Amino acid sequence: MNFVATLRIALLALRINKMRSALTMLGIIIGVAAVIVMIAVGGGAQARVEEQIRSLGSNIIMVLSGSMTSGGARGGAGSQPTIFEDDAYAMSREIEEIQAAAPTLRGNGQVVAGNSNWSTVFYGITPDYLEVREWAIVEGRGFEPAEISGAGKVVLIGQTVAKNIFGDASPLDQVIRVRKVPLTVIGVLDRKGQSMTGQDQDDLILMPISTARKRILGAAQAKSRSVSSIMVKVRQGADMNDADQRMRELMRQRHRLQPGQDDDFFVRNLSEILQAQEASSKVMTLLLAAVASVSLLVGGIGIMNIMLVSVTERTREIGLRMAVGARGRDILTQFLVEAVTLSLIGGAVGILLGIGGAALIAELADWRTELSGSSIVLAAGFAGGVGIFFGYYPARKASRLLPIEALRYE
Amino acid sequence: MGSNVVPALRGVSLEIAAGEFVAVMGPSGSGKSTFMNLLGCLDHPSAGHYWLGGQEVSQLSSDELAVVRNRKLGFVFQHFNLLARTSALDNVALPLLYSEMPPHERKRHAVQRLAQVGLAERMDHHPAQLSGGQQQRVAIARALVNDPQLVLADEPTGALDSHTSVEIMALLQQLNREGITIVLVTHEHDVANFAGRIISFRDGKVIEDKPNFASDAAVQLQ
Repeated sequence: MNFVATLRIALLALRINKMRSALTMLGIIIGVAAVIVMIAVGGGAQARVEEQIRSLGSNIIMVLSGSMTSGGARGGAGSQPTIFEDDAYAMSREIEEIQAAAPTLRGNGQVVAGNSNWSTVFYGITPDYLEVREWAIVEGRGFEPAEISGAGKVVLIGQTVAKNIFGDASPLDQVIRVRKVPLTVIGVLDRKGQSMTGQDQDDLILMPISTARKRILGAAQAKSRSVSSIMVKVRQGADMNDADQRMRELMRQRHRLQPGQDDDFFVRNLSEILQAQEASSKVMTLLLAAVASVSLLVGGIGIMNIMLVSVTERTREIGLRMAVGARGRDILTQFLVEAVTLSLIGGAVGILLGIGGAALIAELADWRTELSGSSIVLAAGFAGGVGIFFGYYPARKASRLLPIEALRYE
Repeated sequence: MGSNVVPALRGVSLEIAAGEFVAVMGPSGSGKSTFMNLLGCLDHPSAGHYWLGGQEVSQLSSDELAVVRNRKLGFVFQHFNLLARTSALDNVALPLLYSEMPPHERKRHAVQRLAQVGLAERMDHHPAQLSGGQQQRVAIARALVNDPQLVLADEPTGALDSHTSVEIMALLQQLNREGITIVLVTHEHDVANFAGRIISFRDGKVIEDKPNFASDAAVQLQ
């Protein structure tokens, strides 16, 4: 017996009891739709975390000023400037795992242009900073080497600053004053959105590190080459922990720390924190999908139930088919195909409903949902599997009927 | 049933030649149903042998028996046993579904057999749209569609009125004239009279096996 004929028989049998078939499918429809919606919701949460990772830049380790112990009293974090521009250069030179190390000098101040003003954060940076944070410039240009070394009076501004100072007008070549120092806007940074702590990452301006030190922060910073932090990007594929370890060693050596003496710097592996968050959102997605797949299981039991009823009802038909030459396995295939057809049609409707449901949730609840092709394939496969699993027992029961008894069944 | 094995048939030895039209008679419990089930390869004998067209079939597995039924046997039942909501054509073609025959061949065979029983016009009708006699004709066409060596009819007129019964029996008789071997179970003498040989069962034994010369008269009757 060929497959097309079997499929036709199955479809006919399902058509004869339309209402019953539809209700049976409902279990699978709800199950599949629930799995897809749940995975989409979980995927949305995951995508949000991933986006934060992307906005931070990947494989980032932060080095911050640590505490300095003087006369037995330990100062708090950042109580003393203990890390220096040269530490950053040494790192990128001597540790092969490190792709770039960007020293930054942080400060804040009022930005004034014409009659608008805005309080924001400024960072003195080297071009490495943009590489580490994977930050693009959407308008204008980046810093020239001469501007970096020669304390050029130029500045890159974030989207939020651009909007608050200049509104819709182009900020390029405009002059802004930061702590009364006039700087020319040469470029606008791409939008980064919120950081994982909810800070607006676009509310900042960037200038050459020398500019920040010599022209803006002035005397307090001018003599030393200390920096607020060093942002390090570890090469793709390199082990973060190795890089972390080697950085600590290099820093201790450069700062001439004795064994047993506390580090005078802090190392924060930001990517790790985000990755932990990502992992937990993955677990969440899995959990949601697992809960949803319970309803698929219940749908499968519904299929088994109906198939058992159908086998009993059609005992005479089975007897007749056997009398005219159907073997046990022909009957088995017929009922199995029927169960799988039922679950696959249910699966297909469930997929459509799931896609619609995910869109509806995104629209109404304003949650981010992310449909994934793999979840759809998974749900469809699962529906088919449920059909086979729960259809097998009734189909086997049908195939084991004895023709004489089945024919005589009333 | 328990552990008591009650032989339904004892010491039955019969030979049915190709081209015969045999009626099997007997009261209920006489063993005629068991005999028919064995003849139809629907049941295994607990002892003894059955040669069907030269093939010893009593030891075959149930799958092998299914193949034998599919290739060599045709069945006509009392209650027609047609598939509901399925056209007469598809009903007739049903046995071929389990054979190796390609689909277009199946249809050709089924059409031919429907024409043979006079229902060529009703191919697309469903059983519910056909009269009892027509339904039994469809069932007969189904029994013939695989060119069987033997057609078994189990009370084929049991669910029909007397006029239609005569029509159906005349059809079977005509098919027999065309060379088809038929074994028929009935408990009506009028029906058995259409056959050329009548075998009577009682208590699991053949009590009578005689030719029936009245069959020609039955044809005259219509």
